[in-house]
Amino acid sequence: MSARATAAVLLLSLMTAGPAWADRRGDAKQQVEFGIQVAQRGLWREAIYRWERATQIDPSYAAAYNNLAVAYEHEGQLDKARAAYEKALEFEPNNTLIKQNFDLFKEINDRTKKDGR
Amino acid sequence: MTARRKTVASLLLALIGALAGCTSYFEIPIETPISPKLDISAFQRVLVAGFIAGGNDEVDGNLETVRLLRSQLRTKGNLRVIDAEALPLAEIAAQQTTDDAASATTAPPASPAETAADHPALPPIKEEKDLEAYEKVFSNVEYWKKIGEEHQNPLIVTGTVLFTSHERAGFVQREQEVYDSFGRRRVVPVRAYENRKGYILRPQFVFIDGRTGQTLHQETFREEILYSENTSTPALSSFFELMDRLLPTFLNTLSAQKIKGTRVLLK
Repeated sequence: MSARATAAVLLLSLMTAGPAWADRRGDAKQQVEFGIQVAQRGLWREAIYRWERATQIDPSYAAAYNNLAVAYEHEGQLDKARAAYEKALEFEPNNTLIKQNFDLFKEINDRTKKDGR
Repeated sequence: MTARRKTVASLLLALIGALAGCTSYFEIPIETPISPKLDISAFQRVLVAGFIAGGNDEVDGNLETVRLLRSQLRTKGNLRVIDAEALPLAEIAAQQTTDDAASATTAPPASPAETAADHPALPPIKEEKDLEAYEKVFSNVEYWKKIGEEHQNPLIVTGTVLFTSHERAGFVQREQEVYDSFGRRRVVPVRAYENRKGYILRPQFVFIDGRTGQTLHQETFREEILYSENTSTPALSSFFELMDRLLPTFLNTLSAQKIKGTRVLLK
């Protein structure tokens, strides 16, 4: 394949990847927003379902992992919560809100693991 | 309303709407359930037996701890709390040591050097190392089994409580009012070196199976509080303040707890 053809293929794939990614993020965002609405009404299991769907649709969506972690915390599934926070920070390591949530989580989690101080 | 005011109001509304639309995070209250550290399904009753206490003469660490833990377990625990006289555990431990020493003198000593002189009367409890000699009582399985039998095999809560006075000098930051040349008031942080005094609470909780006399679990804590040198705080009130900090963790050993908090959900 000539250099020109390779460049054309690359350009085409970049042009098609952009809208596809935006579609995925848009669909995932819908799930995340609905999850927030139901969580605010106390329906945490439904929220978990929505946020899990969001991470399946867009596996790099940090907000979805963050919310999932919060929901797992609320349900007492602390190992899953930790994994979800770590995933969220993997995609947005400088997000202070996720960091703050994770710090608060660790405070509780450490309390359950330590035998006193 | 004038046309200009209407324009300003509509602009403000539009701005608020736009801001609301941009909101990408939501604070939400959560309650994290924490499962108990100890499986207490085999017990229906709990006996807060007594504590080896020392440090500060103003507070009876044994009686106050027994009262506090019983009242907390009554309201926040699932076990029936046994009402019984608090054991004078320091005296019991001292007695057991004396008895052991007496039996050591009648039995042939393990080594020529080992005599009753190796077991002098236990020291008054002023600091942490003084407690060591008393702590043998917790491994006296027969003693705890007997206590268990007397109270229908409950879970036994006992331990040590050391509550001591404490002083430390260091830098303290506080806010101070200042007025500039125009008489305007400002509050600025000021660092000052000062002596502070307070208390340290070091409890160790020991959980014993009343059926076997064996220790199931033990936890040690350390809490400290310091006040300005001019503040006069009664020792008993500091004792409860420090106990209050560690009670949730103590209770979580025996029963599930829900820890309230706030988290942020993101869009």
